[in-house]
Amino acid sequence: MCLAIPGQVVEISAEQPLLAKVEVAGVRRSVNIGLLEEGTVQPGDWVLIHVGFAMSKIEEEGAHEQLRMLRALGEDQLALDELRGYTFAEREVQR
Amino acid sequence: METIVRTMNRVRFDDAQIEMAHGAGGKASRRLVEGLIVPLLSNHVLATLSDSAVWALDGTRIATTADGYVVKPLRFPGGSIGELAVNGTVNDLAVSGAVPLALMATFILEAGLAGDALRAEVEAMAAAASAAGVSIVGGDTKVVEHGFADGMYITTFGVGRVDDRAQLGPSRVKPGDAILLSGPIGDHGITILLARGELDLEANLSSDTRPLTAFVDALLNSAGAGVHWMRDPTRGGVATALNELVRGNAFGAVLHEEAIPMHDPVRGACEILGLDPLHIANEGQLIAVVDERSADAALAAMRALPGGEGAARIGEIREQPHGAVLATTAYGGGRIIDMLVGDPLPRIC
Amino acid sequence: MKYVDEYRDPELIATVAREIAKAARPSRHYRIMEVCGGHTHAIYRHGLKHILPENVELIHGPGCPVCVLPMGRVDDGLSIAGRDDVILTAFGDMMRVPGTCGTPLALKARGADIRMVYSPLDALRIAETNPGKRVCFFAIGFETTAPSTALTLLRARARGIRNFFVFCNHVTIVPAIRAILDSPDMRLDAFVGPGHVSTVTGCRPYEFIAKDYKKPVVISGFEPLDILESILMILRQLDAGEARVENQYRRIVPWEGNLPALRAMAQVFELRPYFEWRGLGFISQSALKLNANFAAWDAETQFEIPGVRVTDPKAAQCGEVLKGVLKPPQCKLFGKECNPEHPVGALMVSSEGACAAYYRYVHTGEAVTA
Repeated sequence: MCLAIPGQVVEISAEQPLLAKVEVAGVRRSVNIGLLEEGTVQPGDWVLIHVGFAMSKIEEEGAHEQLRMLRALGEDQLALDELRGYTFAEREVQR
Repeated sequence: METIVRTMNRVRFDDAQIEMAHGAGGKASRRLVEGLIVPLLSNHVLATLSDSAVWALDGTRIATTADGYVVKPLRFPGGSIGELAVNGTVNDLAVSGAVPLALMATFILEAGLAGDALRAEVEAMAAAASAAGVSIVGGDTKVVEHGFADGMYITTFGVGRVDDRAQLGPSRVKPGDAILLSGPIGDHGITILLARGELDLEANLSSDTRPLTAFVDALLNSAGAGVHWMRDPTRGGVATALNELVRGNAFGAVLHEEAIPMHDPVRGACEILGLDPLHIANEGQLIAVVDERSADAALAAMRALPGGEGAARIGEIREQPHGAVLATTAYGGGRIIDMLVGDPLPRIC
Repeated sequence: MKYVDEYRDPELIATVAREIAKAARPSRHYRIMEVCGGHTHAIYRHGLKHILPENVELIHGPGCPVCVLPMGRVDDGLSIAGRDDVILTAFGDMMRVPGTCGTPLALKARGADIRMVYSPLDALRIAETNPGKRVCFFAIGFETTAPSTALTLLRARARGIRNFFVFCNHVTIVPAIRAILDSPDMRLDAFVGPGHVSTVTGCRPYEFIAKDYKKPVVISGFEPLDILESILMILRQLDAGEARVENQYRRIVPWEGNLPALRAMAQVFELRPYFEWRGLGFISQSALKLNANFAAWDAETQFEIPGVRVTDPKAAQCGEVLKGVLKPPQCKLFGKECNPEHPVGALMVSSEGACAAYYRYVHTGEAVTA
């Protein structure tokens, strides 16, 4: 059962510190955070949820960096395409 | 796109026993109805298998429909069984192009049901009937022992007069037609699921139950005979309704996923539970297949109604894929949307 | 939805698709196995196959824990439900899996108390609120799910809940991958590694694939962008003649794995000497059972179960599809005798089954111009 989704911790129960309220697109559910090292999860953090347990804390910095790099790759491609466009144009003129 | 030939089987019902899936509105329901009930009752009106039976009475077109309501819990955010029982039947008439004239209701009540609970439902039915402009003119009441009927079951029967402007049916649908939706999907089914309290989920969501007569009127006003087909996507959702339209026909439906309106909590709940929003029941929405030339006017007419702001164009009828429903994504991927299989959400309406 | 929508961004997907098209050598045919059933479903659900070039072939692996459970084990679980005082609980996926005498849903319709749960903790709660009953949880899943079962048992023990039992069918992914690599039928170039299993195991367990078998492994997320980026990373490794383990799913998978999860598993489980996998036969040290400290909660010691080996119907080719030797539509029963309503094997009903993915998402009938 690989079904796991990202959600944001909105509350950690004071009486039951292993229980967190996690929100996914406006839906809140209770999630057990006992599989994560104590003290590593705070409200505001994003976690991966699977069968009622938080499996991992999402490394937000790294995620943004990864997406940023892919976006840059896309921009590089566009720049390259544009450049090729200029080269063709030059050749056209020379003919 | 990759293709595989699937053998088309005649619909047969050989199931040894009835299971929940037979009531879910999906494939098993279809097998039960088309494989067992229709052949035995055999008549040309039944064979059309539309939401309402439409027949001519001395030159006037009459529509009749019946529906059972077994929703659990009886009361939920946005409505209750009584309200569903009225709106559901009103809507079956409306999407058949009929102005609802009257309803009848039967109650099967569980011994032990609180008198106040029954009063609340009858009051809800009175209010819903009034809002829909219909009267409940008769019915029946039975009581069964404690332990049966889960509080109460309600069946409503409705009769309406088909609007002269309405020329509806799968035979009118053709490639190029636009597929319109009256508003966001999934609210009802997910609300019921959360209201059961069996899942540890909370969301700000309520059932979308409402009469659709104003929407149908707006569509017929703006597009007249340009409205080719309508359906209220209840059990089995939009996916099942569209599959029922295209099945066995020389056209298919193509949906644009990003265009399908949905409230965030419906999306979130579906992701958490592994459900497809296109299979979730709606109780206050309609799908209309409209001639391309009238599509913009029809959409604008729905959007102008109170509660119609969420109306959207979600796709088109195309020649391909024959007899199937395809959903495309913004990045060029496509997937087939099948009818509902099984019963992920039992007792939702 | 955050952390989902960004990975479905059409522009980024187009960017990576272009890079894949550039990186794939036209003279080469790439055979890449995605191990995890969740990846198979994601690939079909998002229609990724026609974003990839023709010469990049994706082969579906056995990473579907419901699919690899032999029918005899399903029967064993259902035999527990047959008792009057028992409530059997299972994930939604299990409810439509066929045993010899019917699916759990069919048995439920005939009166057995079988309930769907979304978490083993739900099952434990049912046990707490039904002290007069014995509540058994039909545990399935790879290392992704095993820690949750472990924590639930630790809680049951801590709270002294004695009417809760686990019928344990947790399996481990590495022996299955090794069995595929050692199989003479398979010629594979690389692997898209299981993303969620790896949140628990970390990336080290796959190093043998790169070191001993010289094949690249990229641990991948499940959104379209994740899978495409992983394929790109594989193509680049193959092009450079490299074979390494890389972690595309870095935002979620820690290289060293999840230590509290692994600790919980060590407290509760031990490896079975061998376990039968549908399609792959008996594999040693590939499945978990409750260890002696948890015997009182072990359904296999507390209930008498038949333990009969049931082979698949002769015509069914579940095993070959699981190994990636056959694509689902190549099975003679696909779409005919075997379909989601009347499944012959679990691959047609599981949310991670290759046959279910094909049946649900791939067009059947005439060609489409999308």
